[in-house]
Amino acid sequence: MTALRSDLAIIAREVRANARILDVGCGDGLLMAALRDSKDADARGLELDARDVATAVARGLSVVQGDADTDLADYPDGSFDYAILSQTLQTTKRPDLVLDHLVRIGRQAFVSFPNFAQWRMRLAHMFGGRMPVTEQLPHRWYDTPNIHHVTIDDFRSFLAERDIRIEGQWFLSGDKPRNERLANLLAEHAVFLLRRD
Amino acid sequence: MQNDTRFGLDRKTQLLGPVQLDSGVEFAPVDFAYETYGTLNADKSNAILICHALTGDQYVASNHPVTGKAGWWTRMVGPGKPIDPARHCIISINVLGSCMGSSGPASIDPATAAPYAMGFPVITIADMVRAQALLLNHLGIETLEAVVGGSMGGMQALSWAALYQERVRSAVIIASTARHSAQNIAFHEVGRQAIMADPRWNNGAYYGHEAPAAGLAVARMAAHITYLSEAGLTEKFGRRLQNRDAKSFGFDADFQVESYLRHQGLSFVDRFDANSYLYITRAMDYFDLAEPHDGVLAKAFAGTKTRFCLISFDSDWLYPTAESRRIVHALNAAGAAASFVELSSPFGHDAFLLEAPEMNRIVDGFLRAGESR
Repeated sequence: MTALRSDLAIIAREVRANARILDVGCGDGLLMAALRDSKDADARGLELDARDVATAVARGLSVVQGDADTDLADYPDGSFDYAILSQTLQTTKRPDLVLDHLVRIGRQAFVSFPNFAQWRMRLAHMFGGRMPVTEQLPHRWYDTPNIHHVTIDDFRSFLAERDIRIEGQWFLSGDKPRNERLANLLAEHAVFLLRRD
Repeated sequence: MQNDTRFGLDRKTQLLGPVQLDSGVEFAPVDFAYETYGTLNADKSNAILICHALTGDQYVASNHPVTGKAGWWTRMVGPGKPIDPARHCIISINVLGSCMGSSGPASIDPATAAPYAMGFPVITIADMVRAQALLLNHLGIETLEAVVGGSMGGMQALSWAALYQERVRSAVIIASTARHSAQNIAFHEVGRQAIMADPRWNNGAYYGHEAPAAGLAVARMAAHITYLSEAGLTEKFGRRLQNRDAKSFGFDADFQVESYLRHQGLSFVDRFDANSYLYITRAMDYFDLAEPHDGVLAKAFAGTKTRFCLISFDSDWLYPTAESRRIVHALNAAGAAASFVELSSPFGHDAFLLEAPEMNRIVDGFLRAGESR
C-alpha cells in the first residue's frame, strides 16, 4: 500500500475507529481506503476529477463526482463524524463558504493546507520578486490550481471571526513534525481539527 | 439447479399474481418471458437483475430470436465481463407491457380470448418493478446483490431501490433520470402521435391485420435522434450524400443520415409492437420518483442501506448529467452510500450500450466491493 502523504497520515492517525467520514476533494481515494482498512470507517468522498473518481469507485469506495464549491449544500447538518478537506481549501472559489459547510456537515472537520507564509515563500517573494515556485507549491502563477493562498495566521484569524474552535493542530516541514512555535514562519503545511461552537 | 426448469435461456411462465397497478387495476394473470445466466449460489446472495430499456428485451447476452443479433449488452454481461455468469446469477425479464413474451397489449386477454390491444391497462415503471418482484419470488430470490440498468432500465433500478429497499443491496443506474422532463415527454408524444396517425393503427385493434408499421417507424426515427449526439451524427454522416454524386431535387433519402434513420425505422418494426411502444413510452412519461414523496426525491431513499452507483455521459442530452446529479444530491441528503461519475463519450445517450472501458471498470469495482462486504 502506498504511504500516505504526511498530512493525510496525521488525519488517518487521529480519526476515531468506526467513524463516518466525508472526504471533500478525496482524489483517487487513498485516505478513504486507509481509513476504511485501518479504522473501519464508513467513508464517503467528493472529487472533481472524473478519472480520480473512476479509480476510487473501482477501488470499491463511495465517491461522487462533484465540486466543493457547489455540491456540499445537500449534505445534512452533522451527518458525518468528520468532514475532511485536505490540500483543497486553496483551490476553491469560496473557501469561506466551503469551510462553513465543512463544520456544518461534520461534527468535527480536518483541514490541511500549504502555508503561504513559510520562509521560502517569503524569500521568493521578497528577494526574487516572483511568485514562489517550490517543491510544495510547484505550479507557476498561470497554471496553478491554488487560487486562494492562505497562511496559518490568516487561517487562525478567520476561525476566530467565525467562532470555529481549534481542537487540534499539527505542523509539518516536509514529512517532519514541527511544533507550534513560529509555525507561520517555519511550517510548510498545517493540519487543523475544527469544531463549530 | 441444473434440473430446475425455472432457470436458463428463453424461459416462459405464467403467474397468478395479481400485480397491483398504480392505476388501481389488479392485473392477473401475468406472463413472464425471461432469461437467466449463471448459477444461484447456496445462500442465494449472487443474483443480479438486469433491467432493459424502452425497446430492449430479455436477450441481454444471448442472440435475439427475431434479428439473430448478439445480446444487447454483451459488453457488460458475459464471461470475463463485470457481470459474469461465472460469479453471478443473472436475471433479465421482458418488462410488463412489452412484446417479447411478457404480458403486453399484444397478449391474449383470457377474459376475451382476443389480444388486449387498448384494453391493456396503462402501466408505470413501478408496475413493471412490482411484476418483476413477483417473478423473483417465484424464482426463490429474496435479495438481489444488485439491480442494474441503463436508460429506462435505470428508472427501474431506482424504483427497485425505492420500493423494495431491503431486497436490493446495490443499484447501478446508467444514463438515466428520476423523472421524465417536459422535453422527454414531448419527444415521446411525437412518437405516439406518429403511430396513432397511421390509419392501420385502428385504435390499437390491428392484430391479425397489417400493423401500423409506417407510424411506428417514424416514432423510432424521431426517438433514435435523441439517442445520438449532434457531434456523433456529424462525425458519422456529416452532409454526405447516399449512393449519389448530386442532390436529386426530390424527396428520396439524398443524405446518408436520412437513409440511416429510414433503415433504423424499418428494421425496428419487424421486432416491436406499436401498442407496446405506446404503453411503455407512457410509463416512462409518468415516471417521477419524487412525486409520491411530496416532490422530495430524498424521501424516496430515506433510511436506505442500498449502495448506489450512477454513471452519466457528457454528450447524453436525453438524460443529461444534471439529472444524475439531482439523484446524487438526493442520495447524499438521505445519507445513502452513493458513487457517481460523468464519463466522456461522443456517442450521446447510446454510449452506455457501446464500448466504454471506464464504465466497465467502475461497475466491476463497485460490484466486487459489494461482494466482499
